[in-house]
Amino acid sequence: MKKSISENSVFWAVRFITYSIVAIIGYIIFDIVIKGLPTINLEFITGFPRSSGSEGGILPAIVGTVYLVFGAILVSLPLGMASAIYLSEYAKQGRFTRMIRLAIVTLAGVPSIVFGLFGLGLFVIFLGFGASIISGSFTLAFMILPTIIVSSEEALQAVPKSNREGSLALGATEWQTIYKNVLPYALPGMFTGSILGVGRAAGETAPILLTVAAFFLPRLPSSIFDQVMALPYHLYILATQHPEAEKVLPLQYGTALVLLILVLIFNLAAIFLRSYFRKKYKW
Amino acid sequence: MVNFNDSKITVENLNFYYGKVQALFDINMKISEKKVTALIGPSGCGKSTFLRMFNRMNDIIDGTHHTGSVLIDNRDIYKDGIDIVALRKKVGMVFQKSNPFPKSVFDNAAYGPRIHGVKDKANLYEIVEKSLKDAAIWNEVKDRLDENAMGLSGGQQQRLCIARALAVEPEILLMDEPASALDPKSTARIEDLIGTLKQKYTIIIVTHNMQQASRVSDYTAFFYEGKLIEYDYTDKIFRNPEIKQTEDYITGRFG
Amino acid sequence: MSIAASASIIIVFLIFIFLLKEAIPFISNPGLNELFSSNWIPVSFQKEQFGIYPLISGSVLVTVIATVLLIPFGVIAAVYISEIALGFEKEILKPFIEILAGIPSVVIGFFGLVVLSPIIKGLFNLNTGLTALTGAVLLALMAIPTVITISEDAIRSVPKSYKEASLALGASRLQTIFRITVPAALPGIIAAIMLGMGRVIGETMVVLMVTGNAAKISWNPFDSVRTMTATIAAEMGEVAIGSTHYSALFWVGIILMIITFGLNIVAQKVLKKYQMR
Ligand SMILES: Nc1ncnc2c1ncn2[C@@H]1O[C@H](COP(=O)(O)OP(=O)(O)OP(=O)(O)O)[C@@H](O)[C@H]1O
Ligand SMILES: [Mg+2]
Repeated sequence: MKKSISENSVFWAVRFITYSIVAIIGYIIFDIVIKGLPTINLEFITGFPRSSGSEGGILPAIVGTVYLVFGAILVSLPLGMASAIYLSEYAKQGRFTRMIRLAIVTLAGVPSIVFGLFGLGLFVIFLGFGASIISGSFTLAFMILPTIIVSSEEALQAVPKSNREGSLALGATEWQTIYKNVLPYALPGMFTGSILGVGRAAGETAPILLTVAAFFLPRLPSSIFDQVMALPYHLYILATQHPEAEKVLPLQYGTALVLLILVLIFNLAAIFLRSYFRKKYKW
Repeated sequence: MVNFNDSKITVENLNFYYGKVQALFDINMKISEKKVTALIGPSGCGKSTFLRMFNRMNDIIDGTHHTGSVLIDNRDIYKDGIDIVALRKKVGMVFQKSNPFPKSVFDNAAYGPRIHGVKDKANLYEIVEKSLKDAAIWNEVKDRLDENAMGLSGGQQQRLCIARALAVEPEILLMDEPASALDPKSTARIEDLIGTLKQKYTIIIVTHNMQQASRVSDYTAFFYEGKLIEYDYTDKIFRNPEIKQTEDYITGRFG
Repeated sequence: MSIAASASIIIVFLIFIFLLKEAIPFISNPGLNELFSSNWIPVSFQKEQFGIYPLISGSVLVTVIATVLLIPFGVIAAVYISEIALGFEKEILKPFIEILAGIPSVVIGFFGLVVLSPIIKGLFNLNTGLTALTGAVLLALMAIPTVITISEDAIRSVPKSYKEASLALGASRLQTIFRITVPAALPGIIAAIMLGMGRVIGETMVVLMVTGNAAKISWNPFDSVRTMTATIAAEMGEVAIGSTHYSALFWVGIILMIITFGLNIVAQKVLKKYQMR
């Protein structure tokens, strides 16, 4: 049949296009892994950079990124979860919640570099924190807040209504109901979504460019008001600003790989956790 | 219509609205203590809505309001300053779809007592055992108290939910089609159970099953399009209804 | 709790306030007119000029090319994953696409710099591989997960009865997909593309690293261009706080914010109107 042959070929074309996207993604990861691996060794991970990053390790950048991410979690997780609980469990749907939702959508769409400008204006200059971990962490926290709120709310909504009604009907207060009979089942989902947000924070460059990142700082920070190096920024500097960019190519690949691994760990953990909990909690 | 001098619940001129849509129209009704009152009527006529007035579960739906009053033990439960928690403790509810929490059998039954402050292990165990016995499920679950309640059969789940409601020692038990999702055997068990429970509790049950209403209830109220059409002794309603709509409905000639 | 919930509102306001606060000095000197001209020469011995047209044209060029690439690839992949792929394929493809969403933009930019741009240079016989096209290709790739995920939602929520009715009338699967399913899901797909475009316009690192950063008005995909985002990122590090140049960069940020805000609102409206979410 002529028709089914042409239909088949269209299906194959569609399949081919989809898999070529997959192939490109695969190739990016493959390229970075293959060329990055030879650079990675103990000295690279645990050493300090020398001669403005042309030699040595990237420990301060790793530590800096970890601090920034940790700070961002500390700020955004409680704020995001509380927002989500309010929106999903307490608030009567009305003007106020509509405004909050509009704000969340708006925040989610703000370009990361604009977050950088904002962080520069508010934390670095107005509050006088300077370029520092605290400025960077707050900026990143605000950036990932929408992700955390949206995924936490989804997790709360996934808890069946009967869990709430049943509990309220037994005379539990609203808070008891949430605390004992909703949150425990929503928490895994809330954390999963948050991990995705955090993964994003770890890889972002633009916001920290203006609020915290140091070009070359071969020591570890001693307070939250210190500047730090950060992996994404370090990669950017090595790749574009280094006088001998060609020469330090292996270091660039090494840094890219470490960053990729860090972020992929977050993402894989989130994807894995999600499917695990989906299977575990089927109601 | 029936009228009691010493009613447990009195409903006066009750109108209820979901937003702008009125779901209950000017309902007046008294409900007798330690009896079973059945609410029947076609789907969407407002039975569940009416039932949920008694423990103020309609409060949790955004945008609802009502006029008129609902008195339990001669106190208006919608008056300002009423303790909703205490009200819901006094008025237990069993839902149409059995809704055990995804916790162990024990934790399900102990949920109510715990939130009301019972901490003592032995005391808690006693309450759980008693309510599981009262709900006629003790023998089936006494060896699996630690298992997740989601693993019980449908009928067992529903009886566990009854036990969970009993564990807070209510005076009134609201049941919204408690057996509609169960097989005949489990249904029979629930009906038997209702027969025993009415010695201690005032029971209001919503049902679509005419036989069930006639078997378990003392009084029956027929609702149609949000209005209370006829309310009388169950015998009377099923044998000799006064109003044609009621007759059409219970004989299945409803169009 | 409600205070925490208002945080989002407060932050949005703070963003506007602090962008404006730093941008306002520009209004009195040299005046907003200065922005609407076609030369961006922020550092000069004669006269500094802050015309943002070249930056806007840079962003527009890159975004248009990326969107042209994004639409067929994103939609086709979404159709494939939701309507054609076998069960186990889906299980593999979806996480894979999600992983792409997780790759940091600076890593993609780095890949573009050292792998893609030499390829483009060779392929089209150019002086430099750092072109609008290079950036657009990478941006399209980065926006693909957004487009796929949201389009797929929209495609999946097309009622089964539509498809069954079409198949029952003797339409082939292919006809059903392109005549019934995709048109029915179109609002969701359009919203997906708009949200993808939002990502493209707002993306910084990739364009900063691979588009060559030449601030000139050009509509040639093989030219080097400089986007609004890249301008802020590249120049903010070197300006004196409070200078005219500094204020001008905040204006660029405000314009960016307005554009992405508009795109987002319209996309959400489309999504909501058709109850896709
Ligand atoms: N949450 C709600 N919001 C808006 N309208 C509602 C809501 N719940 C019920 N209604 C409407 O109120 C009316 C009465 O509904 P109710 O659930 O009380 O009927 P019912 O008699 O219990 O029906 P069924 O036998 O199907 O359970 C119906 O028209 C229904 O559509
Ligand atoms: Mg009902």
